[in-house]
Amino acid sequence: MDLVLSLILQIIYGIANLALISLGLAIIFGMMRVINLAHGEFLMLGGYTVVVATNNGVNLWVAMLILAPLVVGVFGVIVERLLIRWLYGRMVDTLLATWGLSLLCIGLVTSIFGASTTTTISPPLGVVTIGEYTSSGYELFLIGVTVALLIAVYATLKLTKLGLLARGTMQNSDMAAALGVSTSRIYMITFGLGAAVSGLAGGLLAPITGVLPTIGSVYIAKAFITVISGGMAILAGTTTASILLGGVNGIVAFLTGPTIGEVALLLLAIILLRLMPRGITGRFFKKSL
Amino acid sequence: MQFNRRRFLTAASAAALATPAINRRAMAASHSGPIKFVSILDQSGGLDIYGKPMVDTTKMAIDEINAAGGLLGREIDLQVFDPQSTIQFYTQFATQAAAGEKADVVHAGITSASREAIRPTFSRFKTLYFYNTLYEGGVCDLNTFCTGSTPAQTVEKLVPHTMGKWGKKVYIIAADYNYGQITAQWVQKYVKDNGGEAVETEFFPLDVTNFGPTIKKIQAAKPDMVMSALVGGAHVSFYRQYAAAGMNKSIPIASTTFGVGNEHKLISAEEGDGMICAYSYFEEVDNAANKAFVQRFKDRMGDDAPALNELAARSYEAAYIWAEAVKAAGTPEREAVIEALRSGAGYDGPSGRVAIEPKTNHANQNVYLAELKDQSFNIIETHENQPPTDTLLVCDLVADPNQSTFKFENGLEAAGIEL
Repeated sequence: MDLVLSLILQIIYGIANLALISLGLAIIFGMMRVINLAHGEFLMLGGYTVVVATNNGVNLWVAMLILAPLVVGVFGVIVERLLIRWLYGRMVDTLLATWGLSLLCIGLVTSIFGASTTTTISPPLGVVTIGEYTSSGYELFLIGVTVALLIAVYATLKLTKLGLLARGTMQNSDMAAALGVSTSRIYMITFGLGAAVSGLAGGLLAPITGVLPTIGSVYIAKAFITVISGGMAILAGTTTASILLGGVNGIVAFLTGPTIGEVALLLLAIILLRLMPRGITGRFFKKSL
Repeated sequence: MQFNRRRFLTAASAAALATPAINRRAMAASHSGPIKFVSILDQSGGLDIYGKPMVDTTKMAIDEINAAGGLLGREIDLQVFDPQSTIQFYTQFATQAAAGEKADVVHAGITSASREAIRPTFSRFKTLYFYNTLYEGGVCDLNTFCTGSTPAQTVEKLVPHTMGKWGKKVYIIAADYNYGQITAQWVQKYVKDNGGEAVETEFFPLDVTNFGPTIKKIQAAKPDMVMSALVGGAHVSFYRQYAAAGMNKSIPIASTTFGVGNEHKLISAEEGDGMICAYSYFEEVDNAANKAFVQRFKDRMGDDAPALNELAARSYEAAYIWAEAVKAAGTPEREAVIEALRSGAGYDGPSGRVAIEPKTNHANQNVYLAELKDQSFNIIETHENQPPTDTLLVCDLVADPNQSTFKFENGLEAAGIEL
């Protein structure tokens, strides 16, 4: 019983983890249709912000929750102004440009900080005991943060004026411009927000993963698979895809082993896209966000 | 001391235009010019955490030899290629080094996959080849010298020590490629030989970062210890999540791979304390040669100096082993150097004495067990002059020098070793 309970908790964490690494990409790729191959590097930059800031004496929570999204968000705005804004509507070109950006980020971080950087942080919040089994308190915290983040993005898009303008601009930018919206500014802000969410995710994962210049490549494939399986409605899509893929991955990994667990995740994504080429929200929850 | 072929040709052709007299001298120089030493190691991409320190120490060794007057009165020309963690570039640069540059010796390769991609090239072009990474053992090739430690040297010492200390039930986790698979088999064998039980063996693709389900399985299996052969940046997550669940306090970890990519700097002191690892070199090895080596390296690299590990130290020592053999042979010519290497060539370096073992072209070397404390290793056991007994089981180049194979290509059973 204890095992089942702690295993369920573990699987929920796996789902939250998948949603967390995908959410920034859902905004930039799902909503703005920019194939951001530098998404993994946005996460990596968030992680590096935390490692470098804490090495310089900044409080871990401040580094994770404030500095990481801020730094990567500003970086995202700069990237959008210099690179992405010339490429809207040209998906294949954004693919090449952001791939180049990804290599540039890895190269820059490696040349500034070296191939590996000493870290002093460890996951805060201690251990949660369930009978004979123990789980990390920090992982529970991450589940909470992911839920809060999903709600915050939903509220921003649904309830604020900015969210309305953003959704309108992405749907029909000519019409939005005709109604007096500065679409260029909206694109910039939305891209910056997507980058900030990625930065926050990277920062939050820093205490429980290795932070290296090349670590982005580990996240990129899973993030894309989740967002594409999710389909057009970015929040409902990312959430349902995370639940399906993360759930199957966790259960199979526990029953058989991590290799088959990864295979199961990929196989499920292939089957999903074969049956629903426009993603889960191309068929279900069509009206959702 | 950058003096590559292109610059040489530019200089030579400029000289040719200047005066015929200088031209003749330039021609003569090209016959007894610098000795060519090529290094092919990843300095970018996922393997750069291993490759960069190896290149740094190789450069240091060659600079030192050149500063001391070179070899046989000739300068060593070091050329470094970066295959960018891509096998395709390995084969390309290997061909370029062997056929184009006509290198006198090539030190190359980090993963076993890269070694197996380029080893045949060097055999075909008759170019002397050194592989300086610790690996799973089993290469049996007259032209190839494997100077790193193998499982019989490290796992054989690590398993009985940690089982004696922590208990007999061992949970094995390893990276899912040939190094991890074969090393896991060696661990299973030595656990059994020492009267223990391997309760579970799990393999992980190199890009897994969520180890939650496995940590739950370890809690359910209740082993006395975990033996890890995880590899690469993504797998560092295991040690962090293991500590986050409070497991490092109850079930200790031993590893044959942790630390060689300087992982002990990537996790905090409280997460890593108490882990026990085995290598043929640690930066903390206590001898005069090592202290001087570490100091020279730090002076040279400044604040950017990475932590030194077996890969970096062995790359340095292997350059010297080759240099000693060239001196003994009196020529950098391949057959003579191989002969000299196999007649007991060795070097007293930072890790102690490393000497070529002629039956396998591997190395007899010291093996150290160390415990991690505050992001550095404390040496707890030293085993001197350990032979590569695993490769000795399957390889005898003295009896039959005409061999060029990798005996453990399909695991230990393929080589007739019982688990």
